[in-house]
Amino acid sequence: MDSPIYMMWLRQLKRYWRSKARVIGSLAQPILFLVALGFGLGPVFQAAGGGNYIDFLAPGIIAMSILFTAMFNGIEIIWDRQFGFLKETMVAPVSRYKIMIGRTLGGATVAMFQGIIVFLISMLIGFRPSSIPMIFVSFVFMFIIAMLFTAFGTAVASKLEDMQGFQLIINFIIMPLFFLSGALFPITGLPEALKMVIRFNPLSYGVDGIRGALTGLSAFGMTLDFAVLAVITFVMTLIGSYLFSKIEI
Amino acid sequence: MNEAIQVKNLTRKFGEFTAVDNISFDVKQGEIFAFLGPNGAGKTTTIKMLTTLLHPTSGQLIVNGFSPVTQTDEVRKSFGIVFQDPSLDDELTAYENMEFHAVFYGVKKSLREERIKSLLNLVELWDRKDDQVKHFSGGMKRRLEIARGLIHHPKILFLDEPTIGLDPQTRNFLWGYIKEMNKKENMTVFVTTHYMEEAEKIADRVAIIDHGKIVTIGTPSEIKKKTKTTSLEEAFLKLTGKVIREEVGSAKDQMRMRRRAWGGRANRS
Repeated sequence: MDSPIYMMWLRQLKRYWRSKARVIGSLAQPILFLVALGFGLGPVFQAAGGGNYIDFLAPGIIAMSILFTAMFNGIEIIWDRQFGFLKETMVAPVSRYKIMIGRTLGGATVAMFQGIIVFLISMLIGFRPSSIPMIFVSFVFMFIIAMLFTAFGTAVASKLEDMQGFQLIINFIIMPLFFLSGALFPITGLPEALKMVIRFNPLSYGVDGIRGALTGLSAFGMTLDFAVLAVITFVMTLIGSYLFSKIEI
Repeated sequence: MNEAIQVKNLTRKFGEFTAVDNISFDVKQGEIFAFLGPNGAGKTTTIKMLTTLLHPTSGQLIVNGFSPVTQTDEVRKSFGIVFQDPSLDDELTAYENMEFHAVFYGVKKSLREERIKSLLNLVELWDRKDDQVKHFSGGMKRRLEIARGLIHHPKILFLDEPTIGLDPQTRNFLWGYIKEMNKKENMTVFVTTHYMEEAEKIADRVAIIDHGKIVTIGTPSEIKKKTKTTSLEEAFLKLTGKVIREEVGSAKDQMRMRRRAWGGRANRS
């Protein structure tokens, strides 16, 4: 337990754990979505032959909370830069790749933890996973997308110097990723163009993988989900590390 | 090896603007060396180059026998630094900030606790070790940063305006402590400051830099003699003039301004 990667990971966890307001605040949105959409659209979904909407929706909302937490955790580098802590790590005799990996693992752990909390909350309001052992498979998917989007957030934040671009990131990256991922609606029967967009969105495979593992309903097949996510996450981690290593203070 | 720092014909340009213009100087091992200059003279840029954060445009640099350009890790292990702005993690405790630094600098676990304890005791923060840094005053943060910079027993300590905004008691405490470390451990100290009396009191040698060039270098008494003045402050004003400087923004600030200009245009169109 003596490595900079571990220290960086631990730091992210401590920061998360100590900001109770942030933990609770970031749970409000997924709960609102689960309750409002789940109960609001449930009857329509059922009448259209889609089955239980909460069962369909819960994996999508789990993926959403991971997406948000992971992206924000990556983007937090801008805070580290503004409050100076980034400088402290940058002059240390530690490779920037190690710093980036530790940070990303920490952010991903936090995001996955957030996903598990949402999973438990969704069980409180009626979500029932179809198989207990498969829950652990869903954890694998949760962790991969957590890694993917923390690395993505890091990559984006490495190119920004202050928080001015933050709103842009939310509206032009995070929101489209979420809404166009099949988290809220099934992709069968959608217009071709929209289907294409969803197929190019990495989060779709995360939503589909988690849904496949928890409910047994997968549009792409969990093997494809895993393969696509593994490749993209690997590439994104490389890109994030590279951009992070190029930051000038 | 007698020189802790060797700088030869060092130049750094940001686009058209030359922040550091062909400067050369040496700092001897165990010396307290003050680097003085008006705002925007090139002090921080020089420190950034010496501490591997910026690459020089041209010229040679040797820090503790290594090159900050090609041997970054060796250089990074040999110095401690206190930046102009705070660089602590506010949400970690004092102890955790120290521990984080110790691990990053490869201080062995068996030594860690003892060193952190003695350093925090020296800067009188041991009884606050479990408080998050966000509850600390400016002076406490500064003390903690100096303690942190010393955990790995650096050969050279860089201090970029360490006493700015601190009360006289804290300033007095810090200088006393730094002087003691310098004597006891033969640690080289490279310091920039705006307080001339402080520089005069503490520094073995002083370099005055203006517009990216070194105007004079020598012991405080040599400089006073050369300029026929009675204090370093007078000498400083005589050498650098009395015009108030608009600080030329760092590369980052300039970039930020450019980007805002671009962003502004993009938004309007």
